[in-house]
Amino acid sequence: MGEVKEVFSQNIRRFGMVIALIGIAILFQILTDGILLTPLNITNIVMQNSYIIVLAIGMTLIIITGEIDLSVGSVAAFIGAISAYFMINLDMSVTVAVILSLVVGALIGAWQGFWVAFVNVPAFIVTLAGMLIFRGLTLIVLGGRTLSPFPEGFSTISSDFLPDLFGGGNLHILTLLLGGLAVVVYLFNEVKLRRDYIKYNYNIISFPLFLGKLIAISIIILIFSYVLALYAGMPNVLLILLLLIIGYSYYMNNTTTGRHIYAVGGNTHAAQLSGIKTKKVTFWVFVNMGVLSALAGLIFAGRLNAATPQAGNLFELDAIAAAVIGGASLAGGVGTVIGAVIGALIMGVLNNGMSILGIGIDWQQAIKGLVLLAAVALDMISKNKSK
Amino acid sequence: MATILSMKNITKTFPGVKALDNVNLEVEQGEIHALVGENGAGKSTLMKVLSGVHPSNSYSGDIFFQGQKCEFKNINESEELGIVIIHQELALIPELSIAENVFLGNEQSTKGVINWPETIEKTRALLDKVGLAINPQTLIKHIGVGKQQLVEIAKALSKEVKLLILDEPTAALNEEDSENLLNLLVEFKNQGITSILISHKLNELMAVVDSITILRDGKTIETLSMEKDGVTEQRIIKGMVGRDMDDLYPERISPIGDTVLEIQEWNVYSPENPQHQIIHNASFSIKKGEIVGIAGLMGAGRTELAMSIFGKSYGRNISGRIFKNGQEIKIDNVNQAIEQGMAYVSEDRKKYGLILNDSVRENLTLANLNKISNHWILHKHEEVEQAESLKASMNIKTPTIEQKTVNLSGGNQQKVVLGKWIFTDPDVLILDEPTRGIDVGAKNEIYKKINDLASEGKGILMISSELPELLGMCDRIYTLAEGAISGEVNRKDADQEKLMTYMTRSRRS
Repeated sequence: MGEVKEVFSQNIRRFGMVIALIGIAILFQILTDGILLTPLNITNIVMQNSYIIVLAIGMTLIIITGEIDLSVGSVAAFIGAISAYFMINLDMSVTVAVILSLVVGALIGAWQGFWVAFVNVPAFIVTLAGMLIFRGLTLIVLGGRTLSPFPEGFSTISSDFLPDLFGGGNLHILTLLLGGLAVVVYLFNEVKLRRDYIKYNYNIISFPLFLGKLIAISIIILIFSYVLALYAGMPNVLLILLLLIIGYSYYMNNTTTGRHIYAVGGNTHAAQLSGIKTKKVTFWVFVNMGVLSALAGLIFAGRLNAATPQAGNLFELDAIAAAVIGGASLAGGVGTVIGAVIGALIMGVLNNGMSILGIGIDWQQAIKGLVLLAAVALDMISKNKSK
Repeated sequence: MATILSMKNITKTFPGVKALDNVNLEVEQGEIHALVGENGAGKSTLMKVLSGVHPSNSYSGDIFFQGQKCEFKNINESEELGIVIIHQELALIPELSIAENVFLGNEQSTKGVINWPETIEKTRALLDKVGLAINPQTLIKHIGVGKQQLVEIAKALSKEVKLLILDEPTAALNEEDSENLLNLLVEFKNQGITSILISHKLNELMAVVDSITILRDGKTIETLSMEKDGVTEQRIIKGMVGRDMDDLYPERISPIGDTVLEIQEWNVYSPENPQHQIIHNASFSIKKGEIVGIAGLMGAGRTELAMSIFGKSYGRNISGRIFKNGQEIKIDNVNQAIEQGMAYVSEDRKKYGLILNDSVRENLTLANLNKISNHWILHKHEEVEQAESLKASMNIKTPTIEQKTVNLSGGNQQKVVLGKWIFTDPDVLILDEPTRGIDVGAKNEIYKKINDLASEGKGILMISSELPELLGMCDRIYTLAEGAISGEVNRKDADQEKLMTYMTRSRRS
C-alpha cells in the first residue's frame, strides 16, 4: 500500500485531473439517472467535443511556447466558409477542397507566426487582430448567409462511423477488434519499456503494481470499445483524434524539436544561447496551430453540414481553458497534450451533463467559468504549499 | 560602546531542514559588522528573521534592538524601528524615476496627492548624502547598476535608518563602484549608522569592517574582532569551510599547445544605438590547454565581446575575423558556434543559462540533443545515462536528475550550466564570471574542473571581475578598457596593480 501512496503523491497533478473527470462523470451519471454513460451519449460527447480537442492540442503547444492564440475560433469559421465555397460554389471534389483548406490554414498560421516570431508583435495583439480579420473575412466569403448543404462524403469525416465490415448484428465487430489491437500494442509497449528500465537501472514500480496497472488500463480500453460497439461503432473523428493525441504526445516527449518547444517557453534566452532557433520554433508552432484550426473548422462544418457566419464563436476560450485545466502554464514551458485532452473532456462532460439536465446556457457558462477558476486556483494553492 | 542588536538562540526550521540552529549575533552601536559563511550557511535566513520577513511566530529565540525586545510580524514593523535591509537582487522599478523609487510606498503626499516638488527636493538631498550627483527624475533603467545600488541606499536613508543590512551589495559592482560603496559605509559609521554587511568578497570586507561573525551550517562559529584577533583571510575561510584551504586556486601543470582560437580586428556596435561602438578592433588568441583571462571594469565590454563572438548573440554590424586551428571560419549564429566547438557559460545563469522549471537532466542535454537522438527522435534512456554520468563527474548535489534546477543552490546550478556545455564537447570554453555569487567550496570545485578541461587540451577564456581569481587561474590575461584590448600580461608578470593600470587606460590617450 505504501508504494501505491508514493506513486500517487508523485503524480498528484496528473491523477488529480483524471480523478476530477471521473468524479464529474459519476456525479452526472447519478444526476441524469444513467443517461450520461449510455453508448449513444458517450458517442455524442466524443463527437461534440472533437473540434475543441483538436484546437486544445494546438493551443497547448502555443501556450507551452509562452504565447497565446485568440484567433482559432475565427480561423475555424473562415476555413469552414471557404471549404463550403470551394465545394458548393466551385464544385471542387471533397479531397481537393479539404487539402486546399488545410493549406490555407497553414498559410494563416504562417501569417500570424511571422508577426509574432520575426517582428516581435505580442501574440495577444496579433491573434486579437486575427480574430477580427478572419471573422470579417468569413462574413465576406459567406455574404452574411449560411452556405449548405455540403456534397455527399464531406460530412463523413465528422458524422459517420467506421464501416461495419463483419456484419455482427447489434455489435460493431471492427470497433471491438481495434480495441483489442490497442490493448495488444499497449501491453507490448509497456513490457518493452519496463525491460529498458531494468536494463538502464531505473527505479521501477513493483511487479504486482505494474501488473495491476496493465490490467486496469486494458479493461478500460476494452470496456470503452465495447460501449462504442454497442451503438454505431467507432466514429471516424475519434480515429483522427486518437492519431493526433498519440502523434503529438510522442512528438512533444520524444523528439528534439518537441524538447525545443518546451525550452523556448521555459526560457527563451537560455534556449537561444543553447543553439535553438527560437524564432523558427515559435513560427512553426503557429503554422501548426493554423493547420489544426483548419481541421477543427472542417470537422465543425461537416458536423453541422453547413458553413455559418457565427461558427467557431468562443472556441478559442474553450481551447485555452482546456489546455490550462490540463496543467499548461500561461508563463510557458509547462503543459502536456494528454492533459489538454482531459481538460477538454472535463469541460465537455460538464456541458453535456448540464444540457441533459436541462440547465440553461446561462448557468452553464457561469458554472464552466467557476470550474476553470477552481482548477487553476487549486493548482496554485497546492504549489504554494509545497514551497 | 553599547550593543545595538542582539539576537539570541535563534532557531528556524523549514520542512526537513534546520536552517538556523541556536544562532547568536551581537552587533555594537556604530560599527560595520560582517556576516560571512558559505551559501546555505544561513546568512540570508538570519537577516530575514531580523527584518520580519519570517514573522516572530515562525522561529524560536529572542531579538533585542536598542535594548527592546522585538517581535516583528512583517517587514514594516522592523523598518519602523530603523532596520532596513537591501537585498542582493535590487528592488527598484526600472520604468520609474529615482525620486519615485526612493519614496515608493512612502510617498510624500497630503491626502493621497503626491507633492512632487517636495519629493524631488528630498530625493536630491538624499542623493547628495550618498554622493550621487544626478537628476532625481532620471529613470532607473537609464543608470548603471552601481548607481542603482546607491539609490537603494538613498531609499534606506529616507526611512531614517539606524541599522542598515546589505546583502552582497558589491556582487554586481566593479572595483571602483565597490570601493565607493564601502567608503560610503565608513562615512555612515562616522555618522552613527550601524551596518551589517554580507559578502563573499573577503578582501573587501577586511578593509572596512570592525568585526566578523562566521556562520556555518546554520550555526554561529565565532565572532572575530578585527582589532583584537589579528584576522587573516585564511582564518576566515577556515571558519567558513571548517578546514584549511591552502589552495583556493588549485595547481595546474598542463602543456600548452598551438593556437586554437584567434580573433582579429573584432568590431561590434550597440544593438540599441547603431552609432555607438562597443568593441574596438579587439584581437586576441587562445592556445590549446591555456586559460586566458579577460579583465575589465564594468562597462568595458567584456560580456559584449564574448557574446558577439559566440554566434553574434550580441550587437550589430559585427566585423572581424575568427580563426580556428589556423583556418578562418564564419560564425553567424549560436548553432554554428556550437558546431565549431565553442561554448559560452553566461554570467547570469538564471536568465541566460538555465531553464529553471526544467529538470537537471533536461538542462544538461539541451545544448547537444543531437548526441542523444537519431533523426530527431530522442533516446531517453541514453539521455538519463549521460545526465547521470555528468551529475557524477561534475559532483552536482541533487537528490535525482529529475529535480528542477530552480531548487538547486547557486553553486550546483553553476555546475549544471558548466556540465551542459561540457556535454557539447567543446574545444574552446568562454566562461563569463563562472563563480559569481557562489560559495568558497563550490568555487574551488569549479576551479578544479576548469583546470581539468585545460589539461584535456581545451582552450579556456575566463572573464572575471575578481582580479585574484584571474591571477590565480590564468596563464595570460588581457585587459579590456572602453571596448578595446588595452594590455596583455603573462601570469608571472601580473599583479593587481598592473592589471588595474591597464584596465583604466583610456583608448583615446
